[in-house]
Amino acid sequence: MSQMDTMAINGQKTISREELLALKKRMNARALTRRRIRTGGLLAANIVVAVIILLPLLYAVSIAFMPSNELFTTDLNILPKHPTLQNFADAFTNIPLLRFILNSFIMAGCITIGQIITCSLAAFAFSFLEFKGKGVLFMVVMATMMVPGEATIISNYLTVGNLGMLDTYPVLIIPYLTSAMGIFLFRQFYMTFPKSLYESAKLDGCGNLRFIVKILIPLTKSAIGAMAVYTFINAWNMYMWPLLVTGSNNMRTVQIGISMLNSVDSQSITMMIAGVVMVIIPSIAIFIAGQKQLIRGMFSGAVKG
Amino acid sequence: MNTAKKKKMNVSPYLYLVPCMLVFAVFLFYPFFKTIFLSLFLTDKMGQAKIFVGLQNYIDLLTSESFQNSLKVTLIFVVIVVVGGMLLGLIAAVLCNKAFPGIRVFSTAYALPMAIASSSAAMVFEIMLHPTVGIVNKLTGLNINWLNDPKTALICVAILTAWLNSGINFLYFSAGLGNIDETIYERASVDGASSVQKFFSLTLPGLSPIMFYTLVVNIIQAFQSFGQIKILTEGGPDEATNVIVYSIYRDAFFNYRFGSAAAQSVILFIIVMLITLVMFRIEKKGVSY
Repeated sequence: MSQMDTMAINGQKTISREELLALKKRMNARALTRRRIRTGGLLAANIVVAVIILLPLLYAVSIAFMPSNELFTTDLNILPKHPTLQNFADAFTNIPLLRFILNSFIMAGCITIGQIITCSLAAFAFSFLEFKGKGVLFMVVMATMMVPGEATIISNYLTVGNLGMLDTYPVLIIPYLTSAMGIFLFRQFYMTFPKSLYESAKLDGCGNLRFIVKILIPLTKSAIGAMAVYTFINAWNMYMWPLLVTGSNNMRTVQIGISMLNSVDSQSITMMIAGVVMVIIPSIAIFIAGQKQLIRGMFSGAVKG
Repeated sequence: MNTAKKKKMNVSPYLYLVPCMLVFAVFLFYPFFKTIFLSLFLTDKMGQAKIFVGLQNYIDLLTSESFQNSLKVTLIFVVIVVVGGMLLGLIAAVLCNKAFPGIRVFSTAYALPMAIASSSAAMVFEIMLHPTVGIVNKLTGLNINWLNDPKTALICVAILTAWLNSGINFLYFSAGLGNIDETIYERASVDGASSVQKFFSLTLPGLSPIMFYTLVVNIIQAFQSFGQIKILTEGGPDEATNVIVYSIYRDAFFNYRFGSAAAQSVILFIIVMLITLVMFRIEKKGVSY
């Protein structure tokens, strides 16, 4: 601004005080409108992109409330004319949706808690204890991230089949009870604590387990929160493994169960989408509730290039 | 453990690693080597290795037209998913970089796809792409049977996957943009750089470390997509969407050819491994920090 003012003065040589003030006012107003236009443009661009990205979800919600006969018309019907809750009720009566939701909650909950326990134990050993082969073992853990799940899924299926574990909760949960990424994330956080913290606790007679529970876990709440949100959502959304190892309605998770609605008949599209919407709600709710934690925990220090 | 006290002292650090190592050993290392072992055999219907055939499974695969098609389809799929997903994430992150009213709502919206399951999203897309009632045909006025046409099916499945991945890409890029020093933009403005120039010569290079990381993660993830393909196309029409992972699933659990499926898993692992290694090699040369 000031630069432009002086330039104007240089250009016109003689200029009165009033003219200068008026000029300043005009320039300020112009800058303000320019800023407003820019913010408005940014807002408009954001609205367009957000609508495009959210379109599938908005469309799903709209269809879930639509009576079945309204969908089957040739004219464009984006919003339901006579919104109804019938589809949701139908979804519950057609498949044991509550049971599926319960199964998924049990599976995802156990996996989340289990991963937090195993990962914090391992990360503790890797960052505070000294033992032979520490470097090699850590490399081995990190190397597991390179193996895609599909390279092991057939053998795993055969293993649990031979053990007679198919179609039980343990088979859904146990293979996912730890994760290299979790160990890495927790270790990254533990490394920021000074070693003296551990040593002085030990001098005061604090055992290792007590040190983890009383000191480490309270200090790493944000990492645990991030890990919990991420793990729970991923477990809730898991598809291939539950598809292979569950066979009965008693054990199916929501993601598998919901695709049963897919094949009922073409008249029940609205019911199917209502089911999908209900299945999406828990994971979205947890995501929105934990978004801040997730971003702070995962991106503050862990991913800096 | 039950001998001398001194020995117990030495053992205790390993006890903390037992839970995670046990899971890794049983469900990762053992099956990984078993998969390699199985890939050298013909198996019975229960998945027991019966006849040793050496590399025959691999030779059969690499010469079969169906698997060559799978490789080609997977490659196209991965390219569309990675480019589309990263572009979507980048656009959203750039739009959400400067503060403006409602930024919280928008950033939640952009990250939201990461919370959606591939199967749920696939079912919604199935209706959106439905030839008679779907919103895509209604909005565009076209009459295309998107998922039953070999020309469009793969693109549709890939776009869905790109959409699913865009959420976490947005978070990565937002974190990356946050790390760029604001003052270089101000200096560039004083020097009279346009916003397009600023984007290409400041923003993109500044993002390159995180861009590289995101690229690797996206490629690995894209190779593993399964749920959406199972629900939307089941590898069809005409094997047009028969990516390697779906081909593994079909060979193992429909044709009971576990040996061949295991060989495909090993090939998939090698491809992913090679790409990752090559990318890290390139990174050492090309990424500016």
